[in-house]
Amino acid sequence: MQQQIKKPLLEVKGLKKYFPIKGGVFGRTVGEVKAVDGLSFNVYEGEILGIVGESGCGKSTAGKAILRLIEPSEGSVRFEDEEITSLGAEEMRRLWRDMQIIFQDPYASLNPRHTVEKIIGEPLLIHGNTSKKERKDRIKQLLEVVGLNAYHASRYPHQFSGGQRQRIGIARALANNPKLIICDEPVSALDVSVQAQVLNLMEELRDEFNLTYVFIAHDLSVVKHISDRVGVMYLGRMVELTDKDELYDNPKHPYTQALLSAVPDPDPDIEKERIILKGDVPSPADPPSGCTFHTRCPVAMDICKQVKPDFLPIEDNHFVACHLYHEEQQNISNNNLVKEGAR
Amino acid sequence: MSEIVLEIKDLSTHFFTDRGEVPAIEQVSIRVHKGEVVGIVGESGCGKSVTSLSIMQLVPSPPGKIVSGEINFKGEDLAPASEKRMKKIRGNEISMIFQEPMTSLNPLFTIGNQMIEALRIHQKVSKKEAREKSIEMLKLVGIPRAESIIDEYPHQLSGGMRQRVMIAMSMSCNPELLIADEPTTALDVTIQAQILELMRKLNKEKDTAILLITHDLGVVADICDRVIVMYSGQVVEEGTKREVLKDPKHPYSKGLIRSIPKLHGREEKLYSIPGTVPKPKMDRIGCRFAPRCEFAFERCFKENPGLYPTGDGRSSRCFLYDKSEGDKKINAATNKEATIGG
Ligand SMILES: Nc1ncnc2c1ncn2[C@@H]1O[C@H](COP(=O)(O)OP(=O)(O)OP(=O)(O)O)[C@@H](O)[C@H]1O
Ligand SMILES: Nc1ncnc2c1ncn2[C@@H]1O[C@H](COP(=O)(O)OP(=O)(O)OP(=O)(O)O)[C@@H](O)[C@H]1O
Ligand code: SF4
Ligand code: SF4
Ligand SMILES: [Mg+2]
Ligand SMILES: [Mg+2]
Repeated sequence: MQQQIKKPLLEVKGLKKYFPIKGGVFGRTVGEVKAVDGLSFNVYEGEILGIVGESGCGKSTAGKAILRLIEPSEGSVRFEDEEITSLGAEEMRRLWRDMQIIFQDPYASLNPRHTVEKIIGEPLLIHGNTSKKERKDRIKQLLEVVGLNAYHASRYPHQFSGGQRQRIGIARALANNPKLIICDEPVSALDVSVQAQVLNLMEELRDEFNLTYVFIAHDLSVVKHISDRVGVMYLGRMVELTDKDELYDNPKHPYTQALLSAVPDPDPDIEKERIILKGDVPSPADPPSGCTFHTRCPVAMDICKQVKPDFLPIEDNHFVACHLYHEEQQNISNNNLVKEGAR
Repeated sequence: MSEIVLEIKDLSTHFFTDRGEVPAIEQVSIRVHKGEVVGIVGESGCGKSVTSLSIMQLVPSPPGKIVSGEINFKGEDLAPASEKRMKKIRGNEISMIFQEPMTSLNPLFTIGNQMIEALRIHQKVSKKEAREKSIEMLKLVGIPRAESIIDEYPHQLSGGMRQRVMIAMSMSCNPELLIADEPTTALDVTIQAQILELMRKLNKEKDTAILLITHDLGVVADICDRVIVMYSGQVVEEGTKREVLKDPKHPYSKGLIRSIPKLHGREEKLYSIPGTVPKPKMDRIGCRFAPRCEFAFERCFKENPGLYPTGDGRSSRCFLYDKSEGDKKINAATNKEATIGG
């Protein structure tokens, strides 16, 4: 992928979302959960950017804050070159036609009392000045796009299987021809065989409608399968981001290395050198100082406890937040100069 | 092979609900040897949990009931055993780790209370000894600050720590058989790796047999010796993990394995099995997998397949392997697979 010549559709810079922790008799704020704590990345038009990370690292919060379904505490989000964190409610509503989200839980995200027709038709009603007939046709068309039938329109969510419900969620997201879809664990609740069906469908739709996805998941093989580039989050920040193959073949951040080594491979012939991390994931209410991974990092150094590493490129398109590479930073740029000179 | 610890024979457990009788598992047969790790895999609702709960006689009843079959544990049939007898066995000779760790720890008691009580039910030890042993077990499973954690309540622990407490509890009586129902499904991969490492260690050091229920074939490849594939309440295939994962025989196992995205290598489009897993119903005729099976032929819709030997000591619940069908069918299946999978 040639990101340089492509223009970013979405630019996230220094995004933060802190949730207050209420306590005491008077319900005063006694602390903060730093769910997203300085997240930065770009998403280019037509690409699928995968975001992985363990439970509680802030993936869903980031997804919602980008769409302003919850208000970010700090940071910038630009969509098609427009800063959206300062837009008013009316303008945001306009933007939600172009930016959609699919949620993790196909059971909880659909209103059980509404028919499929109503569920899919709702975004059309909110945004469009379409006639009843046009809406009916569009709903029928959308159902067919996601592999369901027109006669499903009059049914209720509980009459569908998990995979079918996720298709309904996808049809709803597609209703207004969005440009960007943030997919928050769209297949995590599904069985493997159903998961494959939904993943294939999402890929087909991307090609057909030239969609851009941010694909959030905790399953590294799923993310690898579907993404062009992949970012790894730890405690509210991006710690590594690069092209898919580069990330899986040549992970740089110690956390990414441990994460990849911990995924059990269904091929019994693959012998893995497993990096077993010690301890639990720290709480985002009380994140460790310096590099937040230092409490579990097998190669932590003194500096790691004190200084937060910046998220910097160590090669073209390969960003890492780790002190191991910050020293080398200098050398790498020198090397490049030497190479340039030799040419 | 070493001695058999558990031998389930033709076990059927049904639920008698308002909507009628639901055959959750049908004629399930499983064998576990001493020191062996056996995996049960299959998709949601295929009967994995009901199988494990049946062994422990913990199926909620009503509506559930073991309607037939034997559960031989070291030569004793547990299917007709009394509740008194089962109380002796549970948590002592057979331990179980449940799918949700939160529901199996009592939120009102400290970790220590629960561990000490569990120990003292089965062993003649003083409170002090039981406490020491509990701390030792917590340390063994990698709980930091075990001396203070023992006096904390379950909600003060992270999911991974709770699951480790469950494992510590289940191992503290040196059971001969540990049944673990999706012990790592709710956990992160880095924590999962810690827990699997721990189970492997206990299996190796104490020779404990483990029956591991999971839907993650990666976990199977990681720690199991043998694997059983279930589909819609029935065992459809069984073999060593290498046999089943590398050379699955049953069309469902083949499809399941092919639909997993790979961490290594590249693939363009994922294979997907059409359709969805059916809900179990009474008096079903024909192979449970027939509506989704690409190899299905007439007979598959008219008769129930038995377990047929596949020629290498393994068996598969599929007519393709029935000798009376001749070799034509098997060849067709294997050839077809070679063109798709190769
Ligand atoms: N409304 C809220 N109030 C307070 N804390 C919250 C709120 N929503 C999320 N959090 C906390 O923020 C952190 C990040 O949560 P988030 O749901 O974004 O994680 P995630 O990466 O999506 O995890 P998962 O993989 O489990 O879905 C967690 O510690 C969570 O407990
Ligand atoms: N209490 C109950 N009442 C009625 N039916 C039940 C009950 N418990 C389980 N069943 C049915 O028995 C079948 C097997 O369920 P089981 O819980 O064993 O599935 P499982 O393989 O463990 O699935 P999962 O991977 O989702 O845990 C399912 O069809 C389920 O609906
Ligand atoms: S900055 Fe230090 S602690 Fe953090 S990942 Fe790098 S080496 Fe480990
Ligand atoms: S018995 Fe028939 S339908 Fe069932 S798995 Fe075998 S070929 Fe397919
Ligand atoms: Mg989430
Ligand atoms: Mg279960």
